[in-house]
Amino acid sequence: MAEMKTAAYICKGCEIGNRVDVASLVKVATKEGKMALVREHDFLCSAEGVALINHDIDHEGVTHIAIGACSRRAKTEAFNFPSVAMTRGNLREGVIWIRPDTEEARETTQEMAEDYVRMMCAEVKAMKVPEGNQKTGTIKTVLVVGGGLSGMTSALEASKAGYKVVLVEKTGALGGWAAKLHMRVPTREPYTTPEDNGVADLVARIEADANIKVYLNARIAKTSGAPGRFKAEIAVESGVTATEDVGAIIQATGFSLYDANKLPHLGYGKSPNVVDQAGLEALAREAAAAGLPIRRPSDGKEVKSVVFVQCAGQRDNTGEHLSYCSGYCCNASIKQATYFKDSNPDIDTVVLFTDLRTPGNGEDFYRAAQNRGVIFSKGVVSEVLANGNTCTVKFKDLILNEDTAAEADLVVLATGAVPNSGPELDALNEAVRLAEGGDEVARTQVIQMMDKSVLNLQYRQGPDIPHFMHGFNDSHFICFPYETRRTGIYTTGPVRRPMDIAQAIEDATGAAMKAIQAVENAGLGKAAHPRAGDLSYPMVRLEGCTQCKRCTVECPFGAIDEDEKRFPLFNESRCRRCGTCMGACPVRVISFENYSVNTVGAQIKAVDVPDEFSEKPRILVLACENDAYPALDMAGLNRNAYDPFVRVIPVRCLGSVNTIWITDALNGGYDGVMLMGCKSGEDYQCHFVKGSELGRYRMSKVYDTLKSMNLETERLLDVEVAITDIATLPARINTYAEQVKAMGPSPFKGL
Amino acid sequence: MTSVVATNQTILVVGGGISGMTAALEAAETGKQVVLVERNPYLGGRTIQLYKYFPKMCHPTCGLEINLRRLKANPRIQVLTMAEVSGIRGERGSYSVSVKLKPRYVNENCTACGECAKAVSTEIDDAFNYNLGKTKAAYLPNDYAYPQRYVIDSSIVGTAEGEAAKAACKYGAIDLDMREEELTLNAGAIVWATGWKPYEAEKIVYYGYDRFPNVITNVEFERLADPHGPTGGRILRPSDGKEARNIAFIQCAGSRDENHLRHCSRFCCMGSLKQTNYVQDQYGDAGKSTIYYIDIRAIDRFEDFYAKVKANPNVKFVKSKVARITEDKDGNPVCNGVDIEGYHRYANAHDLVVLAVGMEPEVNGVSIPAEVMSDSSGFIMADPANAGIFGAGCATNALDVNRAVQSATAAALRAIQVVNKVARAEV
Repeated sequence: MAEMKTAAYICKGCEIGNRVDVASLVKVATKEGKMALVREHDFLCSAEGVALINHDIDHEGVTHIAIGACSRRAKTEAFNFPSVAMTRGNLREGVIWIRPDTEEARETTQEMAEDYVRMMCAEVKAMKVPEGNQKTGTIKTVLVVGGGLSGMTSALEASKAGYKVVLVEKTGALGGWAAKLHMRVPTREPYTTPEDNGVADLVARIEADANIKVYLNARIAKTSGAPGRFKAEIAVESGVTATEDVGAIIQATGFSLYDANKLPHLGYGKSPNVVDQAGLEALAREAAAAGLPIRRPSDGKEVKSVVFVQCAGQRDNTGEHLSYCSGYCCNASIKQATYFKDSNPDIDTVVLFTDLRTPGNGEDFYRAAQNRGVIFSKGVVSEVLANGNTCTVKFKDLILNEDTAAEADLVVLATGAVPNSGPELDALNEAVRLAEGGDEVARTQVIQMMDKSVLNLQYRQGPDIPHFMHGFNDSHFICFPYETRRTGIYTTGPVRRPMDIAQAIEDATGAAMKAIQAVENAGLGKAAHPRAGDLSYPMVRLEGCTQCKRCTVECPFGAIDEDEKRFPLFNESRCRRCGTCMGACPVRVISFENYSVNTVGAQIKAVDVPDEFSEKPRILVLACENDAYPALDMAGLNRNAYDPFVRVIPVRCLGSVNTIWITDALNGGYDGVMLMGCKSGEDYQCHFVKGSELGRYRMSKVYDTLKSMNLETERLLDVEVAITDIATLPARINTYAEQVKAMGPSPFKGL
Repeated sequence: MTSVVATNQTILVVGGGISGMTAALEAAETGKQVVLVERNPYLGGRTIQLYKYFPKMCHPTCGLEINLRRLKANPRIQVLTMAEVSGIRGERGSYSVSVKLKPRYVNENCTACGECAKAVSTEIDDAFNYNLGKTKAAYLPNDYAYPQRYVIDSSIVGTAEGEAAKAACKYGAIDLDMREEELTLNAGAIVWATGWKPYEAEKIVYYGYDRFPNVITNVEFERLADPHGPTGGRILRPSDGKEARNIAFIQCAGSRDENHLRHCSRFCCMGSLKQTNYVQDQYGDAGKSTIYYIDIRAIDRFEDFYAKVKANPNVKFVKSKVARITEDKDGNPVCNGVDIEGYHRYANAHDLVVLAVGMEPEVNGVSIPAEVMSDSSGFIMADPANAGIFGAGCATNALDVNRAVQSATAAALRAIQVVNKVARAEV
């Protein structure tokens, strides 16, 4: 590698040149920043300015550049020099735009700008250009677990893009839930008539597809590795175990119906004429095969009246049943109602509902059913009584506001969906811990839970994907629906969230997209979302490691295992580059080439901390680059002024904040430290899932350190920031700055 | 002249809202070349005109920031703003597309320093705020605008104001001689992600949207609640600026209605439930919300959110399609109708009525310059013959954000399937 040659560039444009003394900044960069080359420019982002920098890179051998101009979020097309290490000093949004243009503010504004120049020079010298992970896996085959409609769709779509697929199905046939359906809800115009379930077509296409290898009666016994180099052991019922090398995994394990046996008050188990939606599909298939009308199970007589009970065991606020809505069942009941009406319009067909939910074009299907004579009645069913060969459905009619009842030959309970999502990891890991301590009950629990495992991942953090709400393996992010917490493994279909067939087809196609992307990027050593394309990855200096396991436990993505000697074993292509491990490490042996304890630490040390008599406190702000830093930038854009004594350093995530930065800052005479991160806890907004929560947890420990240093705990403040806090954030900074001033200078100044 | 590099292995994405951005990013992050065409001067579409998302009550601009960072870091995406596709010729695997670019009158030298705006006093309707406020005729469309570049409104071009803006710019960024230009570019596949538009509320004559100032739409209400909106986030009614504390939300305003939109727009129930939170947050127990509804469609896990709102004593639910809105002598809109649960007639006065207007595909009534199958509501349908043009997001169905992004991710793969086939053929 070429020897380091540093250069600093100070832009005078956008009034920077008028508001601060650029000659002094140049002096700071040269003398204190010790940059080999320092240039100022009137308009650095212009073609000419960019050419100047490129010239220095090409002809002066410059390898490290620090640009003092606008924010790192601005003018990114101009300041794009991928071959060198680069940082940006935020003189515009971070200094002149958040300070009033007055004579009395001039001195502190200048000091602020000089500090940002010191910081950028210090940071860039501690950075390296990421070389990229060399231990990449280049396998591009996609493993799909689950051979239902979602899994088959993912497999076919991936194959169509040119990728090989291994499809594993636990039963003896492809088709899953959809194969059990007599017909499916229409997915195309005119949305009035049920259509073929579509399974035969998919199965035929899979059988004809040379890219897709199918294992039936098979389960995943073991999955190890990382994106680009997963190894899946597939146990087939016959006793054979096959091993497949795959690059990414799609989990399409579907759902099970909520167990109607838990609903005895609705007559299930008491009368054979009370069925769930699967039961009705079976009756309809049987009838269709025999060319007969649908008959009631008790005596085989033709059904003349049927009642559909919506939300059976769903939307339940007692805590006994499912609290959520399964989304698809209203349309499914409408479809089943048409089975009756289309065979005999005289069949009395009633749907009892509280809110009928037929979004989009489902509305046409709903109307078509009304036109067929299906009666929709707003009512809450309290009880279904077996009454010989008929049933009595007792319900409260919400329109007439009265208790009433209906007689029916057949009652269909729309019981909703429960995801087949494997064991809940927190419960499992706790049981494992107890079992290891000799608890026999826990040992049995572990065996039962592991029996449900889908992927059997050989990961330190457990065998499956962590659950989201209600056991579904969904993403927590509205904007990023495919983000799971296991890189390169995507869930799709009703295991992810309750969904109907039309949505599952879209979803499975999207999941195939993500899987293909994962294998491509893993092969290039590039990070997955949200730091897509990032080539840096955590490097660990094992000789300093104390095996405390914090990094392996805290990684939000399960990227770190332990080797046989109990050292952390990083799986780079599982890593999302948030830096949580770096923040967690008490001995600071984990770092990235371009983001490390040192790149931030050097900036903290570079700031000029005036003595206690100057009345110029220093407040360090460590701001999450996803939300807090943009909010500060936009405060600048709106010229919302804030205190001149803060020095802001962007961090990848609050989770990457190592406590050493805080203790070093306070030991170095800073008067206060503000941490700005995203919302944690329920409805968290941290883009790295647990980063901000872990960061906050760690900071709570720092308070003890502060006490031992005889410092006020108020010298550290943790603020939850949203990207929209453009007006309120400056106010919070100012309030805190006043508090810090009131506390008086840190006793550590000048020590 | 704008120059774009594109081949038959390029994917063209039309529409730079969250669906289009997603399709573009997913494809580019898989190594594909992408051209992203957006009609507005900025990316982000309708999502960034929302104050918060349900059910997390988080901010759409937070996801936008991540998407913009992905975009800035990815050299494979070329973005054209103020651009519209005017013609498509050719076939799957080899399209020739004409794109019309409107003049921005500001070139890439712009640093967003804001000096031009200081030099201009003419004000125009602020489209970003659904015209609820004004902005300068030299403007940055919003705080999150990407490209972060000002726009000179054509109304001041050729005037002294235009010249003043130009004179104020030290960077030669203002070019008042810019003209509309037309580009032709190649693409192997096209993702059509032009999104949706709110149903035109004035068509629902009996709700008096164009007669009563205190009857507004759900999208306008988002701007009122947003601290960056025209009222600085204060929920004030338009007629007199009075605090709107007693607010009616009318569901299915134009949706599920044979006379208007036949389909259910899916997002509006959750949208109104979310907006009751804005009222609660701002006015506490003094804020009262009434939701007039046919069915509350809080589908799947959104049920949890509905349950929370239902538990709020300041939110009332009335099962009724409001028959008509009148105005009382104090300028309060009055909702008239029959409560179906128990058949009570009501005439309830509110400070403000918010019409939960539905989602109409933006493509409805606008011809896409190519053969694309649409359903009878105007949404793009998947074509079984599988041409090389794929719908994404709300151009294909009434979807919430999460589902729109799923759809866009799927569309990206469909486009990749086409260009991969082209690539295999060209090797």
